Amino acid sequence: MGETLLQVKDLRVSYYTYAGEVQSVRGISFDVEKGETVAIVGESGCGKSVTAKSIMRLIADPGKIKEGSSITLDGRDILAMSGRELRSYRGAECAMIFQDALTSLDPTMKVGKQIAEVLTIHGMATKREAAAKAVELLRQVGIPNPERRAQEYPHQFSGGMRQRAMIATALACGPKLLIADEPTTALDVTIQAQIIDLMKQMQKELNAAILLITHDLGVVADIARRICVMYSGKIVERGSADDIFYRPRHPYTLALLSAVPRLDLENKEHLASIEGTPPDLLKPPAGCPFCTRCKYCMPICQEEMPESTDFGGGHQASCWLHDPRAPRVDAPLYDEKEGRV
Amino acid sequence: MSENRQPLLEVSHLKKYFSASGGGVVKAVDDVSFTIYKGETLGMVGESGCGKTTCGRTAMGLYKKTDGQVLFDGQDVHTLRGADKLRFARRAQIIFQDPYASLNPRMTVADIIAEGIDIHGLAKDRMDRTEQVYRLLDLVGLNKEHANRFAHEFSGGQRQRIGIARALAVHPEFIMCDEPISALDVSIQAQIVNLLVKLQREMGLTYLFIAHDLAMVKHISDRIAVMYLGTVVELTRSERLYEKPLHPYTQALLSAIPIPDPEVERKRQRIELEGDIPSPIDPPPGCRFAGRCALACDRCRQESPALREVEPGHFVACHLV
Repeated sequence: MGETLLQVKDLRVSYYTYAGEVQSVRGISFDVEKGETVAIVGESGCGKSVTAKSIMRLIADPGKIKEGSSITLDGRDILAMSGRELRSYRGAECAMIFQDALTSLDPTMKVGKQIAEVLTIHGMATKREAAAKAVELLRQVGIPNPERRAQEYPHQFSGGMRQRAMIATALACGPKLLIADEPTTALDVTIQAQIIDLMKQMQKELNAAILLITHDLGVVADIARRICVMYSGKIVERGSADDIFYRPRHPYTLALLSAVPRLDLENKEHLASIEGTPPDLLKPPAGCPFCTRCKYCMPICQEEMPESTDFGGGHQASCWLHDPRAPRVDAPLYDEKEGRV
Repeated sequence: MSENRQPLLEVSHLKKYFSASGGGVVKAVDDVSFTIYKGETLGMVGESGCGKTTCGRTAMGLYKKTDGQVLFDGQDVHTLRGADKLRFARRAQIIFQDPYASLNPRMTVADIIAEGIDIHGLAKDRMDRTEQVYRLLDLVGLNKEHANRFAHEFSGGQRQRIGIARALAVHPEFIMCDEPISALDVSIQAQIVNLLVKLQREMGLTYLFIAHDLAMVKHISDRIAVMYLGTVVELTRSERLYEKPLHPYTQALLSAIPIPDPEVERKRQRIELEGDIPSPIDPPPGCRFAGRCALACDRCRQESPALREVEPGHFVACHLV
């Protein structure tokens, strides 16, 4: 076991809208060790991006991180930080890359200058040194002609190059934690493969931890060591990549895995789709949030949220099916012999 | 197998050029030929900017062609006028990518679905029109309470179902699905794909399925055309394409797709493509892929390869195959 870097405990985030309180994140806990890659997987609206923003303290009105939540990085309480402390925390200790690189980069500023700005603001370099370092960073992330490219504006970059520039910006100060919020979703597959490789390579060089937020199980299988599956504001299952992909214990994880058609398997006529839609977080259900879409739903599921069951090795799932009183389901949640769902 | 099948849409040497704002010509679709047979699904894949949507839209007559010919059931799509054109519009429909932008926010769902019914005079009276709308809503998995609501009240998946109901309202034979699932979540994607497959089986529909998600395209298509920068580089049966891709671009594209299986991913050897897709403005002569291709030789840079049939039903545009 490595050393814990990031620890999130009972995080609750709500948005206070005219329609009422939208409970985006409803009490989640997880941690990230130094230098490892943890992925949070889930569909849109499950609260995964809100979780990422909370760690960066980027939740803006009408959103609020509720009392009782705790986030610590290297033992320091993020939620108690003052504005001044936050400014030195963001970018230097914890950096974030976003899905849409075009809107995340400043369109009026040359790319080299944007990267250099991070360094000067954190007092890590003089202007001149920072400009040279920016070019060096662009070279490191694989941008050809970095000297010339540093003098260009984001709109002159292609989608993949913008994402590379953003990674360069995020890594400029050598953060301990890199949060990547859907970093490849807007990119084409061949470019996506390049960016994932770049992230892996940079992680090795800098020994930074990565918290990857994505909906793409394929990307997760490629890069993550541990995975948290989120559904409507809660982590329903967590475990190592192998646990999640080969021994899923939550019906939602199972359904998610079987809903993805795979290239290396035979064509099947019918995809196992998940009927219905996720619940409305204005009125979150009292019981398991997945119960309305779950094949194995029991009366208890609608009334009470299940406790998480531990399967050893950090593999946990919150499902009533694992309660000793629950009936055995006909379809096993995973097949021991096949080793695959 | 292809001899006894009837062609429905025949695209031959289709070109669509746009003039770029800074001068130059964008060759969005450059000499593309393919045939779609009745009852089959032709998948069209490629990265963004490769011209797959422009190709589909030009084939449907939404854009004026620059050159070439598109025949729908033997009739030239681009010369149809008046009643013939209206008849074509009824027989061939489109499902659009963005379920948020393709539904009129000021119309009720019933009016959106029935617009085609009204235009083509397919309802006997108001009652019949309403009946048809209810039947269509039921067909796509919505219910009649939804008829008087507006598009913004629905989720992405539900909106896409409304778009499908609208396309089906006029009893089409052919539907072009332009990235119908790209904007949706994984679990919802499977719902929509299952629905499309079910409708095809029940109604004998023919699809042109455009998408960038190769796994999904493989799942739904009988044959697949791979596009790169305005040209079709490979076209074959879908299993064949995945078993034995022949074009270097197809090989790289397939190897770039992440597979949701950690064990497979760890063992996998990727073919890395350097750089980005070049600009389609005044492309250089020769093979469009030559700049990123590890195998490119002098001939590739000078002479653009034609789409040849290398084995029955398997077409490739590459000098080296």
